[in-house]
Amino acid sequence: MNAMNQYQSWGQYPQSSPHSIQPVFWQNDPIDFDSPNQTYLPYAYGRSYGDSCLNNEGTLLDVSSLKRMLSFSEDTGVFRCEAGVTFSDILQVVVPKGWFLPVTPGTQHISVGGAIANDVHGKNHHRAGTFGIHVREFELLRSTGERFICSKNHNAGFFSATIGGLGLTGVILWAEFQLIPIWGPWIETERTRFHHLSEFFSLSAQADQHSEYTVAWIDCFAGKKSQGRGIFITGNHQHKDTSTPSSITPRRTVSVPFKAPSFLLNRHSLRLCNTLYFHLSFRSPTGSIEPFDTFFYPLDRLLHWNRLYGSRGFLQYQCVVPPPNQKAGIAELLDHIRRSRQGSFLAVLKQFGSMSSPGLLSFPREGTTLALDFPNRGEDTLNLLRILDDIVCECSGAVYPAKDARMSAQHFRSYFPNWEVFAPLIDPKFSSSFWRRVADSDLPSEAPSIPPTHGSLQTPQHDELSMGISS
Amino acid sequence: MNILILGATSAIAQETAKYWAQEGANLFLVARDKEKLAAVASDLQVRGASQVVEYPLDLGHIDVHQQLIQVAIHNLGDLDVAFVAYGTLSDQATCTQSVTETLKEFTVNCTSVISLLTLLANHFEQQKKGCLAVITSVAGDRGRQSNYVYGAAKGAVSIFLQGLRNRLTPFGVTVLTLKPGFVDTPMTAHIPKNPLFANPKSVGKRIYKAVKNQEDVVYIPSFWRPIMTMITHIPERFFKRLEL
Repeated sequence: MNAMNQYQSWGQYPQSSPHSIQPVFWQNDPIDFDSPNQTYLPYAYGRSYGDSCLNNEGTLLDVSSLKRMLSFSEDTGVFRCEAGVTFSDILQVVVPKGWFLPVTPGTQHISVGGAIANDVHGKNHHRAGTFGIHVREFELLRSTGERFICSKNHNAGFFSATIGGLGLTGVILWAEFQLIPIWGPWIETERTRFHHLSEFFSLSAQADQHSEYTVAWIDCFAGKKSQGRGIFITGNHQHKDTSTPSSITPRRTVSVPFKAPSFLLNRHSLRLCNTLYFHLSFRSPTGSIEPFDTFFYPLDRLLHWNRLYGSRGFLQYQCVVPPPNQKAGIAELLDHIRRSRQGSFLAVLKQFGSMSSPGLLSFPREGTTLALDFPNRGEDTLNLLRILDDIVCECSGAVYPAKDARMSAQHFRSYFPNWEVFAPLIDPKFSSSFWRRVADSDLPSEAPSIPPTHGSLQTPQHDELSMGISS
Repeated sequence: MNILILGATSAIAQETAKYWAQEGANLFLVARDKEKLAAVASDLQVRGASQVVEYPLDLGHIDVHQQLIQVAIHNLGDLDVAFVAYGTLSDQATCTQSVTETLKEFTVNCTSVISLLTLLANHFEQQKKGCLAVITSVAGDRGRQSNYVYGAAKGAVSIFLQGLRNRLTPFGVTVLTLKPGFVDTPMTAHIPKNPLFANPKSVGKRIYKAVKNQEDVVYIPSFWRPIMTMITHIPERFFKRLEL
């Protein structure tokens, strides 16, 4: 068994073989940055979906041993810990004391360093923005051996470059952030079925006023008339006088023991799952109370669920379409996805709010975000995602690097116009498979001809899947 | 729970101590590196320990053991658990060439441990309760050319613990011998990983359970018990020709 094999990303695509792994056990351990011609990238649990956490043929600095909690004020909710501490560990400690993470994505098995590097968001983006907004300070180790304490007021350049900086600015050793107070571990939740995309927008406009957490699951196979039908889910932390069950039964987790054969996930089985979910999810009452982990982390119950996609893995796609194009843009994206018949179990829609992050490369911005998985079917999948990219680009939107394995350099640069401000702040010895693809590669001077795939668009640009180190 | 941890910055000790911290234990932590010790102490404090005392010390210095035990007892009162978790993985090739290195490895992995155990055993005998938990190794079950200096040092401690267990059982004291196989820690960072490697988290959990259940000799993970039973039963006339 090759130990390197475990250093993959969550989507299992692209497969990567790092040249070497350097574990970082202690904050003060010297890290050897002197191997000639090596690039470095921090890696913890590999929960990014695509290649932003991979450094093919380079060195990964495994920071999963940096998992010590450093301080926690039960009075103020200020929490400081090393970068490899997981959200799950933090919740275990802080929830019983009446505190909660200010922002959490759909899995709790991520590291604090990764949460900063990807400037993660959650179901409360419309209220709380991204995780980076709640970060007070952190320490950044550069390959020169210099250490910088970064905050809004100190080393502000590194601060804003590191938040959402995809691990490229150096190693985050520890971070301090502000938790939010809660009355208990329960979430009051409501589910509403909606029959068309337009209903999503009206439901969302209402719900975002009074709910801390909102998200919608949609059936990406549903036809034109019921396009975008789905379930709208809201949640609020329990109130002081909410009557709650006396105790939480610990959740049982199930593990997917091995990679599923690819034929299991075909468009018929996926379509069936979507239809069943739409019709059956109302067995339970529409308003209920549930423990925070079933509300926030339903997929964490199924350990290694990525193995369901078999050995070819899958690609996630998450984009945001800003106003005023959001309704038309999302409708057009869904239309393409439906016609491609490639969608998957879980398509998610959410309205992002307008709170902006300090992060230069932060992905979330005001608008509607759509996220879904695609089983990896090679060129078919890549072609579809290219079309989606063109639509997003035309709507002045963006695609989420943490979930990407294939966006083109051109698209990246138009999604993240700040990249040129960001680039000089990168540690010169740091790089990633993602970064070499989107930033180091030279743009082709003339767009090679790919047959026009979308009527109203300009010629799509060449999309190069570069896997090696571009030298 | 009052717990003395010797070698508190070892990966296995850290993982084990998290369980005790969650139960609100009072912890007295001893380790060589002051900064690492401070990081571990703050972690255990945040995770729920009632009290954490840091005591930076190189346990290879046998002459300060007596004082250390006195300070620990003075701080904690009665000891519920004394956990010996420090050690070094000797480089056999270096030891083969150097008496000094061999004896140094023996001091860290064997004689210093025996010194501490002697002092602690007398205290536990008086207390008439508690658990003396010590990490030795599967490598101590039989000498092999690839690491017999380490193996002999760990093996000596295992036999010493057998004797202590026999002596202290009538006093209600648990003596727990912990025999991990390969564990993925800084100590083994230079060794290529294979499926026999356990992660420190699961090892820590097993140790926590073993202390709780007052077990005697524990192989971690448990598959090492049948493996080591087989290995110890191979007749020497064959074994001596094996390249192990």
